[in-house]
Amino acid sequence: MKQLILTAAVLAVSAGMASAQDVVRLGTEGAYPPWNFINDAGEVAGFERELGDELCKRAELTCEWVTNDWDSIIPNLVSGNYDVIIAGMSITDERDEVIDFSENYTPPDPSAYLCTDAGADIAGGVIAAQTGTIQAGYVAESGATLLEFATPDETIAAVKNGEADAVLADKSYLAPIVESEADLGFCGEDVALGGGVGLGVRESDTELKDKLTAAIQSMKADGSLNALIAKWEVSSTF
Amino acid sequence: MFSFCADPSALSDARWFACYLTTGKIANFYLSFGTVLLLLAITAPAALAFGFAGATAARSRIAPLRWLGQSYTAIVRGVPDIAFFLFFVIALDQGFEWIRHKIRCPDWSEPIRQGNDFVVCTAAKLPLSTSPQWVHEVYGFFLAVLTFAIVFGAFAANVLYGAMRAVPHAQLETAEAYGMTHRQCFWRILIPQMWVYALPGLSNLWMVLIKATPLLFLLGVEDIVYWARELGGTANPRFTDYPHGDWRMWFFLGLLIFYLGFTRVSELVLQRLMNRLTRGQATSGGERQRKARA
Repeated sequence: MKQLILTAAVLAVSAGMASAQDVVRLGTEGAYPPWNFINDAGEVAGFERELGDELCKRAELTCEWVTNDWDSIIPNLVSGNYDVIIAGMSITDERDEVIDFSENYTPPDPSAYLCTDAGADIAGGVIAAQTGTIQAGYVAESGATLLEFATPDETIAAVKNGEADAVLADKSYLAPIVESEADLGFCGEDVALGGGVGLGVRESDTELKDKLTAAIQSMKADGSLNALIAKWEVSSTF
Repeated sequence: MFSFCADPSALSDARWFACYLTTGKIANFYLSFGTVLLLLAITAPAALAFGFAGATAARSRIAPLRWLGQSYTAIVRGVPDIAFFLFFVIALDQGFEWIRHKIRCPDWSEPIRQGNDFVVCTAAKLPLSTSPQWVHEVYGFFLAVLTFAIVFGAFAANVLYGAMRAVPHAQLETAEAYGMTHRQCFWRILIPQMWVYALPGLSNLWMVLIKATPLLFLLGVEDIVYWARELGGTANPRFTDYPHGDWRMWFFLGLLIFYLGFTRVSELVLQRLMNRLTRGQATSGGERQRKARA
């Protein structure tokens, strides 16, 4: 009888494990092109959409896309509203204390300042950055005045209307903006921040983390990750 | 949508807008209006029910029930909305999952709280991780309605409590003199007469509720303000067929018109309701109606 109960319990647990992997929910911001954005059809698109779909295929997972505000993207992962953060999130020690990261899928890449005139005071002026990013942390410590916004788009608007002297953000995010708007340009030196971008998972989800890391490694090995990075111009290649 | 939308960059303004306004992205914006209206339609009666229960409890003759009703209104009215929304929804969600976990997975040996993580067995997840996206959205919406109902119910409870006390006491004494029981007095004399005193306070609450819907985004429900900000932001030609500059002002202008129109319609409806409720009441409004007819 005891044996029977034990077997039933093991079966129940393993059945639970199996269904846990049925659908993996991928959480993204949907407002950070070319990494992730909402396309004209109203769907999540961009570098991370293609990357995520490919990783799920290689790890044999069924995946679904969810959008969430950047501000609350970590609390909602931790409380279980989705299983993976795939939102251009750089691997840092502070974040690593709360969640776990897969192996990085882009190399550490420079951040850059964007401003309207090249003589902007980067060291002591007003610098805009998105709340809760590595760039915001860097500006806060650099001695410049930090102006935080909830979305990346608002940081650009702040520079255009003169509220801020410059924006500090990932260079890959700023490059298409510089390209399409004549009165905006890069200024100052690039800064190297963070340890590359990785997938965020709950600390208790080691099995999922290992699967995703294995998938990233296989994409690195056959060169398909580099091809994808080059296609979307998100960073340097491996 | 239209056949001429294949190459938007070559279109004239009118056609460009016809195409732009029918993209799937903008459709999300239209849908969110439905979300907000549906939320209001469900929340208003739910909050009224919470308020009625709270007010009735607060004036109960049974002490514990009275304490419950009074502390409900006092606590919820005292905590800032945003703190309440952020804390309460996560707590509510985890509470539901914890109860389901206890029932469905009694053999589970690992702790539920592992550092920062809240881990319940997969059968206890709400909604199940296997369920389609719309189930997740409906669940989020349900949590939003419940939270709104609890918050606004506390204010409604206070309004109704005051309204119940405003009904002239002589009316109740007369009813009792005619031999009505306590229950009959409550339902036949007090309740029908209290609405006229409650309506000004309740209509205020309704107006505040209409404007409180952007709090929805804290709960992960994408409402009209979220989409206006998202769609109004600069659209770079590399990532869309419909590039434009910073159009947030125009999107927010649209919202302004929507909200003003909506509050105006509400005012008209509430005015009619007030006229109806005043009829035959022993208030100055009721007196005026009586004289006008005479």
